[in-house]
Amino acid sequence: MKKNQSQEEFIKGIWRDNPVFVQVLGMCPMLAVTNSAINAVAMGMATFFVLVGSSFLVSTFRNVIPKQVRISCFIIIIATFVTIADYTLLALVPGVHKELGAFIPLIVANCLILGRQEAFASRYPTKLAVMDAMGMASGFLLALLSLGAVREILGDGALFGVNLFGENFEPWVIMILPPGGFLTLGVILLFFNWFKYKKDEFLEDVAAAERSES
Amino acid sequence: MDNLLWIFISALLVNNFVLTYFLGLCPFLGVSNSLETSARLGLATTFVMLVTAICAWILNTYVLVYAPYLRLICFIVVIASTVQFIEMLIKKLSPALFRAMGIFLPLITTNCAILGLAIFATNRGYGFWEGIVYALGAGIGFTLALVLLAGLREESELSNIPQLIKGTAMNLIIAGILSMAFMGFAGLFSSA
Repeated sequence: MKKNQSQEEFIKGIWRDNPVFVQVLGMCPMLAVTNSAINAVAMGMATFFVLVGSSFLVSTFRNVIPKQVRISCFIIIIATFVTIADYTLLALVPGVHKELGAFIPLIVANCLILGRQEAFASRYPTKLAVMDAMGMASGFLLALLSLGAVREILGDGALFGVNLFGENFEPWVIMILPPGGFLTLGVILLFFNWFKYKKDEFLEDVAAAERSES
Repeated sequence: MDNLLWIFISALLVNNFVLTYFLGLCPFLGVSNSLETSARLGLATTFVMLVTAICAWILNTYVLVYAPYLRLICFIVVIASTVQFIEMLIKKLSPALFRAMGIFLPLITTNCAILGLAIFATNRGYGFWEGIVYALGAGIGFTLALVLLAGLREESELSNIPQLIKGTAMNLIIAGILSMAFMGFAGLFSSA
């Protein structure tokens, strides 16, 4: 039972409660760094590290942190992890770090992370909190990757820097520029709406069929 | 003087915080459903940005030279507490002003546009006046983007659009078109 529950927490972050596509959280880094797939992955990994680390700490110390100053405590914990991620990226992949620039420190202001601390990590035991954080972060990584891949393929004709279409492809430059981010995410959300709409319709049909049978 | 003007215009139009840097999208998409609210939110944001620029400059000049790795934590803590303090001050001194922007002040303190402003200003090595002008430009640019989107959204409430696209999806596509329009300003300075 215990195992099932933690599995459940992990899976809900990836699909049913996907932080970007369903809850529309963490939009700023989402749009700003997804002009290529590799940047999207770096950003996703950094967010993963920060979210899992701070969820772990927050839920371990959830009984020690006074209720009145909990938000400030969360933010300081998050900021510490972001600083670690920032300097680690600078040491390991200076090129990517330079391209992401100010957006790594800005992980602090990602509402997804603070939201998970407040809504989940500060209320549940450590194991569940870590599973939840991992699920949410994987969902975020997946969303970043899909957006980054679409934008890089259309805007550059490449994926992870590997040319896909040969020389005759005319790059759709607007997709790499800022408007492309808004448009791509808009279209993806539209697809999610359509999916939900169809699912509701299907469930209604099933219910209607059952009623007429009885 | 030329330099200051350039910084202002660049933060206001060419590198608009919302439409080209994607900063402060949460209030941009969340609150922009009425013109009046978004104008007030914009005013409050501009104000917090000014405070932030001053705080960031003081921290950078006097404190963080000794411990650069504490920058992020310092920025957040100092900005949040200063804004909280000013909020109390405004509440005492001018209730009318407090009603106009009071509830928004704590909300936007941890907004990424605010922190982004502090980090960008630091990375570019802006001095005191440059920082203030940059904050003003960014704040007014933020307000401009917010008011434009709110106006478009109010119009779209009245028109007949498919049920499927209503909500965030359409707001994002509107924002994309706005962002394309703002790209036109990129040619304003050939040296940029």
